[in-house]
Amino acid sequence: MQGLEVRGLSKKFGGLTVSENIDFDLKPGDRKALIGPNGAGKSTFSNLVTGILPPSSGTIRFDGVDIGKLNEAQRVKRGIAKTFQITTLFRDLTVRENLRLPILERQGRGFAMFRRADGNGETEAEVAALIDAFALEPLADKRVADLAYGQQRLVELALTLALKPRVLILDEPAAGVPSSETHLIVQAIEALPPDLAVLIIEHDMDLVFRVAAQIVVLVQGRILTEGTPQEIAANAQVRDLYLGGHGHD
Amino acid sequence: MTLFLNILVDGVAYGMILFMISVGLSVTMGLMRVVNLAHGGFALLGGTFAHWFAAELGLPFWPALVLAVALTVALSLPLERVIYRRIYGFTDLQQVLATIGLTFLMIASVNLWQGSSLLPVPLLEGLKASVDLGFRTLPAHRLMVIAAGLAVVLGLWWLLERTRFGIRLRAAVDNRGTASAHGINTDRIFMAAFGLGAGLAALGGVLGAEILPIDAYYPLRYMVLFLIVVAVGGMGSIAGSFLAAIGLGLLETAARYLAPDFATILFFALVMALLALRPNGLIVRAQ
Amino acid sequence: MMNRIAPFALLALAVALYFALPYNLAFLTRILIMAVLVLSLDLVLGFAGIATLGQAAFYGAGAYAAGLFAIHAWADPIAGLVVAGVAGAVLAFISGLIVLRAHGLTLIMLTIAVAAICHEIANKARDVTGGADGLRGIRMEPVLGLFEFDFVGQTGFWYALAVLAAVFTFLTLLTRAPFGLSLRGIHESPERMAAIGTSVYWRRVAAYTLGGAIAGVAGALSAQVTQLVSLESFSFTLSAEALIMLILGGTGRLYGAVLGTLVFMFVHHWAAANDPFNWLFVIGALVLAVVFFLPRGLVAVPTALKRLGGQNAGS
Repeated sequence: MQGLEVRGLSKKFGGLTVSENIDFDLKPGDRKALIGPNGAGKSTFSNLVTGILPPSSGTIRFDGVDIGKLNEAQRVKRGIAKTFQITTLFRDLTVRENLRLPILERQGRGFAMFRRADGNGETEAEVAALIDAFALEPLADKRVADLAYGQQRLVELALTLALKPRVLILDEPAAGVPSSETHLIVQAIEALPPDLAVLIIEHDMDLVFRVAAQIVVLVQGRILTEGTPQEIAANAQVRDLYLGGHGHD
Repeated sequence: MTLFLNILVDGVAYGMILFMISVGLSVTMGLMRVVNLAHGGFALLGGTFAHWFAAELGLPFWPALVLAVALTVALSLPLERVIYRRIYGFTDLQQVLATIGLTFLMIASVNLWQGSSLLPVPLLEGLKASVDLGFRTLPAHRLMVIAAGLAVVLGLWWLLERTRFGIRLRAAVDNRGTASAHGINTDRIFMAAFGLGAGLAALGGVLGAEILPIDAYYPLRYMVLFLIVVAVGGMGSIAGSFLAAIGLGLLETAARYLAPDFATILFFALVMALLALRPNGLIVRAQ
Repeated sequence: MMNRIAPFALLALAVALYFALPYNLAFLTRILIMAVLVLSLDLVLGFAGIATLGQAAFYGAGAYAAGLFAIHAWADPIAGLVVAGVAGAVLAFISGLIVLRAHGLTLIMLTIAVAAICHEIANKARDVTGGADGLRGIRMEPVLGLFEFDFVGQTGFWYALAVLAAVFTFLTLLTRAPFGLSLRGIHESPERMAAIGTSVYWRRVAAYTLGGAIAGVAGALSAQVTQLVSLESFSFTLSAEALIMLILGGTGRLYGAVLGTLVFMFVHHWAAANDPFNWLFVIGALVLAVVFFLPRGLVAVPTALKRLGGQNAGS
């Protein structure tokens, strides 16, 4: 099958089970959200999928191929990419340079020593396209450290897209972004390529309900239920466990 | 058998000296997260003061030792206040540079005051003799060093496990923010720990002058050695420093006895292999 | 702007100093050689972010390699540079495989240890290296078969300046290339570089190896121009001084490395001439002053002044 296929995935730390027997599919064009209370194992799940953590048992297949043994860098090369919860951008480099780096790496030019980094037409066309897509043109030659937080989030998203992923995991894309700027993030997510498979891990329910077509609820490492936003909103169990306590904050 | 006993006694004595000098470095690196290349300078200051009191002013060995340690501590406290406290938040590299600068100033000061020649500390007559254990004799100095080292270990254990200062120090090492939130004055704890480390380095410098001779360039010559003890032992671990110091003391002494031409090369090669396998040292503190 | 003008200004300064101090050519040549060493450190530390206190290991390896090659094989200077560069690169590659697995203090310490081991090996292998007496009897052929090394040191000066200019140009190209950009990326955020599919470890090993090659070339220059290699080539003091020169000038900008070397060497020369025993006071105070008052080095002075001026104008 096309896309990501997770079966019976479990992760134990010592005696503690943080992910238990998770079955999960993500197909091209999907817009899924993963929600759940703190400590439900959302970050663990994304780390298992991206290869930062090895699973205790279960399989992860991508386009029908088992990728469970591959490390993070190898999975990035296959097309599974993730944005970071806390931005780890190259703060002292300009926006343009931040985008140029992953493109050069993807093109296998990272070791080139005698060409100018900005001298390759193919690379620069991609950089320009990304800057255009995220409306970053006025900021393109500023250092990332000098940008507002919401703008840094956009660069973060653009940088991850520069890897040309086929599966994109957004780990709390709006964390720390003031509510006056969240609409920028929503717009950016809505403008993602339609055939990209997207998984959003997010606390902000407004954002989840606006961008996700499917919602998966994770509680204590297990999938509680899965459905459309309307179904999830109507689910009494979910309301009790999760939405009831936190509401739309 | 004789060879084995020689290696054992000399190695343990050497290890005790390494421990006394390095334990303060380990604590300051673990506690204040400061890369302090100038720590050997406190051993140099202790040795220089002891030389001055004993050889020039003619004081007996023990008063000279006590005064030298006290004077070193008295000098270290304002240094902590004026220099070290400012560099705690700096990067590794800036700390390295600042403490190299400080090392140069210490060397230059001793050089200006006492010249660049060897600065021997006259030993007590009793310590020059040999002790007859019945089946063989051992140099009294080595035994005294081992005894002093054990006393320091016991003293530190008592201080850390049984006193309020120790509880606070351990709390601050484990979590500075929490300790501070519980009303522990971490600034004063740091200063006291720094002074204690400097004093122990001075003690080690004086007692170890027979093994690691004192001259102005002492801090540079033995810098790597002290840093190795800390890196092998694991930063901030007193037990680790002790194990590492004794182990490295025995290792280097054995290498000197068995393969004198290649001792240093062998020693460094083994240390590099060890650190390549365990980059965080023998004992890693739980975070 | 500064990036373009500064190299040419420094080149002009070097030529001016040649005519201004015709009897101090040995000293001026020494500055040029140190500048090559400090440039190698700027690549490793300023760009790749590897905090090392053992760059002398590769300088010494290059110096001994060039000296031994000239004595036993071929006394052609350029061939010697190549051999020394390879020697520095090989040592840096092998030691880098181990050293670069560590971080922070352990890494710094391992770099010191590598240089200490080299020092000890050179000391013990007296038959080959001359031990504490140093390696003597180096007689070089003319550079390119044309320029004989002379007693005044004119050839030595121009030769060292040419090599420095070549190294500077090479590093300028390198730092503008994708490889240089990736090093800056690693310096800024190694986690993110790993996340975009880069093997950070191997990129660092590559930078360390290149830095080793350039330091080896610096060592070879020293061996060929002074016709002597001493154990000091491997000393901790040399590594520490190179680091001080780099920080004094400012890391991550190549002309900063050269500027820092120039200022440090003149201060050293002046202090040592006035009071040969106490120059460590001057250097120690200089280092502390830089760390506390000028953490970004001399290259940041114009910006700082401009900012100060701008503030005054604004208020």
